[in-house]
Amino acid sequence: MMMKLPTQFQDHRHVWVYIELEESQVNPVSIELLGEGRKLADKLGAQLAGVVMGPPKGGGGGPALEEAFAYGADLVYLVESQLLTNYRNEPYTKALTDLVTIHKPEILLLGATTLGRDLAGSVATSLKTGLTADCTELNIDSDGSLAATRPTFGGSLLCTIYTLSSRPQMATVRPRVMSMPERQTKPVGRIIRHELTMVEEEIATKVIGFLADNRSDRPDLAKADVVVGCGLGIGAAINLKHVGALARTIGGEMGCTRPLVQKGWASSFRQIGQTGVTIRPKLYIAAGISGAVQHRVGAEGADLIIAINNDPHAPIFDFAHVGVVADAHRLLPALTKAFSRLMPLRERQLCELRVKAYE
Amino acid sequence: MHIVVCIKQVPDSTQIRVHPVTNTIMRQGVPTIINPYDLFALEEALRLRDLFALEEARWLRDPSRGKVTVVTMGPPMAAQALRKALTYGADRAVLVTDRRFAGSDTLATSFALSCAIAKIGERFGPPDIIFTGKQTIDGDTAQVGPGIAKCLNIQQLTYIKRVTRIDHLRRSIDVERCLEGGTQFIESKMPCLITMLDGLNTIRRGSIDESLRAARSSILTWGVADLGVRDVDKFGLKGSPTVVKRVFAPAPRAQKSVQLGTANKTVRHVADELVAWISSHQPKLADGPLSKPGA
Repeated sequence: MMMKLPTQFQDHRHVWVYIELEESQVNPVSIELLGEGRKLADKLGAQLAGVVMGPPKGGGGGPALEEAFAYGADLVYLVESQLLTNYRNEPYTKALTDLVTIHKPEILLLGATTLGRDLAGSVATSLKTGLTADCTELNIDSDGSLAATRPTFGGSLLCTIYTLSSRPQMATVRPRVMSMPERQTKPVGRIIRHELTMVEEEIATKVIGFLADNRSDRPDLAKADVVVGCGLGIGAAINLKHVGALARTIGGEMGCTRPLVQKGWASSFRQIGQTGVTIRPKLYIAAGISGAVQHRVGAEGADLIIAINNDPHAPIFDFAHVGVVADAHRLLPALTKAFSRLMPLRERQLCELRVKAYE
Repeated sequence: MHIVVCIKQVPDSTQIRVHPVTNTIMRQGVPTIINPYDLFALEEALRLRDLFALEEARWLRDPSRGKVTVVTMGPPMAAQALRKALTYGADRAVLVTDRRFAGSDTLATSFALSCAIAKIGERFGPPDIIFTGKQTIDGDTAQVGPGIAKCLNIQQLTYIKRVTRIDHLRRSIDVERCLEGGTQFIESKMPCLITMLDGLNTIRRGSIDESLRAARSSILTWGVADLGVRDVDKFGLKGSPTVVKRVFAPAPRAQKSVQLGTANKTVRHVADELVAWISSHQPKLADGPLSKPGA
């Protein structure tokens, strides 16, 4: 790829990862990005920096700094201000935009969370630079430019996007798309502090309150070890009960594809894929799912993918480990039965173990 | 209250197919729709207009207030989407179309739309709120809303599920914003840009009167020359910092999947075989999550 980079961008170096904090805990997506950022930085022969922003805590950023260094950062840019207590777009955008303008990174990565997408969109527009959303693969090209790959056209194809004429090259990545790097015990390294030059009166928004979700009625697909997913091939809304039954029997969560959410058959919390949840379970049973790219990128991190589809040419068979050409709504109840024949035995074994433990 | 709603005409992505040999999109016969998320934005705009029009007419003694303007950027056929929005009850429609907009990425699109919104403001009075859907179903970037807000230098409120209060005198608005862990309650100054979340309202069925009005009303059509921007290099391909270099189908896994199940086996047989396979190939798995008590 030919570089036509204007001279004002030629001194941009280094890879940055925005470290997202959720109640002063590091969001796991930022750690996944540090792992990915480390690889990119090594290929470029550049340094990896974390960017930490939040309210002052005296002691400097707290556990976020430790985590950033433990997962591969060479240095951390730290912005502390009372204005950064809750996430609000204006002060965060101002702080990150100023940091970029002063310290000139070549690549800036953010998690594709609600916070990350909100921040990335306005920072990229302020800097008039390119931003590639929800990437599934990041790479460095032979000439040193960032090749960011993401699904396109409603999930049928992938495309690779470059930012040629401006810097930094920005990208967001969804949680759990990249794998978690290993933690190393490393002392806190170099920290570069930045003062936010802004006053409360300049900010148009106030956070009045926050109400945490009652998580009990919401599936946590992203963390489930077993997921049974279904698509339009399930036939009718009433057949979803077979999916739910199997999921319950094997102690998993039920997921679905976007068309089902659009039809109103399932809630959007259950949607697996590029615009829904990215899953990394140990077992994923995909029933009646054809396997569009958008679904694939949300599910291919599973250790074992079992696909059930009556179309032998469905793209899901290209990335499943085991394929069954059958009608999902007929096979699912049979699977539930087969598993429940297995279950009582296992539960008996478990009980025996517990009894032994007490003896 | 003047509300601008940005909509996009998109191919119905659930019906897109890829040509198996050439890996190109087969658009023929794929119907176009208004981006479904934009309909939530449009409905919220119409709801607020209806809610506040009376109040405004009474307090501000200005019956001309309370309008919803829909705007879209796209090829001339995107006028269909605007026409549809008018039948739902929007008051005015603006089509931003020009060959020089072709190839716009999210930054160039945000810029062009923000210029159009500025012009709408000059022509019909400044907007109080700009609505967009949370993202489009063809691009899925969720970047154009924040982009427009930044270009217009107004507040952005993303992933909003409800507008709960508007205070005209203080020019402030209260919204509920959906985050990963819960709901954030935000008070913001107007004007602002809101990206609407899906699911909490349903687009109304337009009345016959609205349909008749929509059929009669004209759609304003603006090109690059109408937007009053001297530097035309900010639009289209030239104004787009990102370049799509390669479009490809994902490679199949190196190892083709093990195929179980043929026509002459019973469903029960296949199910047993599958369960046995899972147990034998993933001993850790079978001892782990699958044997959770209470399952």
